[in-house]
Amino acid sequence: MNIAIASGKGGTGKTTLSTNLAHYLAGTGRQVVLTDLDVEEPNSKLFLTGEVVETRREVRMVPTWNKEACQLCGACQTTCNFHAIVKIGTEIMIFPEMCHGCYACSELCRAHALPMEAVEIGTMTVMKTENFDFIESRLDIGQEQAVPLISKSIALVDSRYDTEVIRLFDSPPGTACPVIEVSKQMDFIILVTEPTPFGLHDLKLAVETMRHVGTPFAVVINRDGIGNADVEDYCREEHIDILARIPNDRKIAEVYSSGGLAYIGHERMTQALELVSEHIRGLEVRA
Amino acid sequence: MKEIVVISGKGGTGKTSITASFGVLGAGNTVIADCDVDASDLHMLMNPQNTREEDFTSGAVAVIDQDACVHCGRCSRVCRFDAIPYIDDRYEVIPLDCEGCGYCAKICPALAIKMVDQVVGRVFYSDAKTGAPMVHARLHIGAENSGKLVAKVKREAKAVAMEKGYDYVLVDGSPGIGCPVVSSLTGADVVVLVTEPTVSGLHDLKRVHQLVRRFQIPTACIINKADLNSEMTQELKTYLEANDILHLFDIPYDEDFTKCMVEGKTVVEIPGSRYHEIFEQGWRLLI
Repeated sequence: MNIAIASGKGGTGKTTLSTNLAHYLAGTGRQVVLTDLDVEEPNSKLFLTGEVVETRREVRMVPTWNKEACQLCGACQTTCNFHAIVKIGTEIMIFPEMCHGCYACSELCRAHALPMEAVEIGTMTVMKTENFDFIESRLDIGQEQAVPLISKSIALVDSRYDTEVIRLFDSPPGTACPVIEVSKQMDFIILVTEPTPFGLHDLKLAVETMRHVGTPFAVVINRDGIGNADVEDYCREEHIDILARIPNDRKIAEVYSSGGLAYIGHERMTQALELVSEHIRGLEVRA
Repeated sequence: MKEIVVISGKGGTGKTSITASFGVLGAGNTVIADCDVDASDLHMLMNPQNTREEDFTSGAVAVIDQDACVHCGRCSRVCRFDAIPYIDDRYEVIPLDCEGCGYCAKICPALAIKMVDQVVGRVFYSDAKTGAPMVHARLHIGAENSGKLVAKVKREAKAVAMEKGYDYVLVDGSPGIGCPVVSSLTGADVVVLVTEPTVSGLHDLKRVHQLVRRFQIPTACIINKADLNSEMTQELKTYLEANDILHLFDIPYDEDFTKCMVEGKTVVEIPGSRYHEIFEQGWRLLI
């Protein structure tokens, strides 16, 4: 089962929930793999210890110009809808960061002067922690597109872990294309929010996104007790399940700040994880 | 005219609350631009009025004329994004998966595929509660091109500043290091990084700063929740010093920020607030 931990607003506790939940579930004897898909700013690894068993450089395909073969017809420039290829005088310039990898310029070039070549975009790291597997995807600085690396990471998990394993995915924030890419491939999404005006506003956007993609979801409220009751009211009106509430507690923030797992020795946070875990069991039974 | 861009790498560090506070202090000669287009929250603290809005069109999506289609399947085979599956005896475009490259339309022998422009967002022009002009935007669910919408918001904010003779454009950027962030940084005169003394805060600051460095823009940093973890705060300061980043000021871990947010206010608007002077001094250093 693929379960993503997502949120509209950044900094609501996605990574806190992902890492603590993975550790908790594994502690109850479940087989778990956690994948950090927040490829622009991956943080989960900071909270885990273990042995790195594999690192892979990941690539995507972009065109390169073969000057000798090129007849300078300029068709590539009109073919590319992303303005990633420009003909200037007798030169063809390629802007790889604008390229979406559609292959149109390359395959439609009559002179075969634009062969596709791999460019490196990031690193995937596979790690064995004490009781679960962890995969991190990390975009190279300067690479602007997160989606190709995200889809490769999900494909890797799909190919290596069977469906009995609880596959958790720490998702990127927001509602734009990286989040859509993750949501499309999930069985269930946990939206983490905080009970504040910003939290509510961005939760509504996230809910809209999930409904648009069609993936079932529920909410976990983090920093419960701060702010106001508007998030609770909204969820009730919209018939959205609130799976658990993680209390607003400076102690949790302190443990987080130094890279610890805050649920250990924290009764109310452990109870919150137990509630989430029960919900996951229910989902599995129904599946 | 000077453009000041506030970004954070990590989400939830207080970027928007801090931007809004500067916005209130600079009200007489600053145009405000919210470039966090897929989770824009700034308007909740700036209470924009007299809003004029318009659609933002960018990119395209393939549409198949089923009557003209000859079912050859070439579109489906060339599509690298698996966006044209064969369902119920017809080739159908899945808009969420379509990247808008137009390859299918170019090779369709029946000329049955059209690329239709997409409205991907909405841009709002208004007056903030302080009287300052404000531009913000909303990316539609599932839309691509967040980078282009960011560029549009910045362009419009600059145009307003030119037209009305304002000296500064203050930009609330987006989290991460991907295309919207790169768009936010393009053309900036000063960058303010907002961080927090946590393992994630430090990690994300380093990554986003590596990106900022490529633009060679003078950079300042605000450490929020500075008293949460004094060791981490020290590490942050060491990093700032080693990298020629101006340490603007610290903000303590203080739930007053959330209380203000609930009231739709910034901390500098609270009479007698100790933050007024801190922000005032910081703002003077930035401009």
